[in-house]
Amino acid sequence: MIEELIDVLLLVALLLVALQVIGSRGLLAAIMTFGAFSLVCAGLFITLDAVDVAFTEAAVGAGVATLLMLAALRRCGGEPEESPRVHWGGLVTVLVLGGLLVWGIRDLPPVGLADNPAHEHVAPRYLEQSGTEIGIPNVVTSVLASYRGFDTLGEVVVIFTAGLGVWLLLSGRRPEEEE
Amino acid sequence: MSDDLILRVVSKFLIPVIVLFGLYVQFHGEYGPGGGFQAGVILGSAVILYLLVFGADAAHAVVPTRWLRWQAAAGVLLYAGTGVATVLLGGNFLDYDVLANSPVAGQHLGIILIELGVMLTVSSTIALLAMLFAESPEEP
Repeated sequence: MIEELIDVLLLVALLLVALQVIGSRGLLAAIMTFGAFSLVCAGLFITLDAVDVAFTEAAVGAGVATLLMLAALRRCGGEPEESPRVHWGGLVTVLVLGGLLVWGIRDLPPVGLADNPAHEHVAPRYLEQSGTEIGIPNVVTSVLASYRGFDTLGEVVVIFTAGLGVWLLLSGRRPEEEE
Repeated sequence: MSDDLILRVVSKFLIPVIVLFGLYVQFHGEYGPGGGFQAGVILGSAVILYLLVFGADAAHAVVPTRWLRWQAAAGVLLYAGTGVATVLLGGNFLDYDVLANSPVAGQHLGIILIELGVMLTVSSTIALLAMLFAESPEEP
């Protein structure tokens, strides 16, 4: 009962914040509200028992991304034209695609059942064997760091490359002041 | 950047706590939620808070961007180097079993090494991004 109440509250809050992001005038207000959107998302991830993801969402989505967008806004400056017009073609496309996605939800397996397809592939092996193979209580860490270590290496390289790209873009234009 | 006394004092108290919590998330990742990525983000946030409160010049003095660049590369190298080490020791790439005497000990060592690599790269990249954006764009 209390869990359903929290879920409904969080989802309603998510919807309200999303509408607020769309409706906010000015980019600054939109960016700040978007941070709040990420924070509500982090709460939803906690109710789904995905605490690792909630950590990341709260820190990156609500914190770092908001700051980077604010910094980009300051750097690029300016607000868009006063009242953005409604693009009917885009609105129809989004509504149709969104409707298709909602329609597709009907064919998804119910959340949390033990015999869902996602839980019958490699998950049982991780749960049963990681205790003796890896010897770490947190199965998420075992999967991310060991079983899927190659994927995680790719993620780290992506982060490094992104940082490298931003550094080359933002620091390379004053060659005479290079240390 | 900020002249607010309360903000400065509270940040001075908070930043060590944030760093400590980041290290806790890093080293407790075997037992609780967290790991290198989350720890890196939290450590990066500590640098960002310092940057926001004390300004870009002070932040540059504490963590120079040159140093951050080296740290980001060192993290990737540590991660990939662990993989290369497992290959040289006769295993598959990133198969930590061969790193120590027993497979479980090898897995522990390998995971600690690669999580350290993740933390180094993520924390320094996030701090680097914030530093680069925070630099004053007015005098190009």
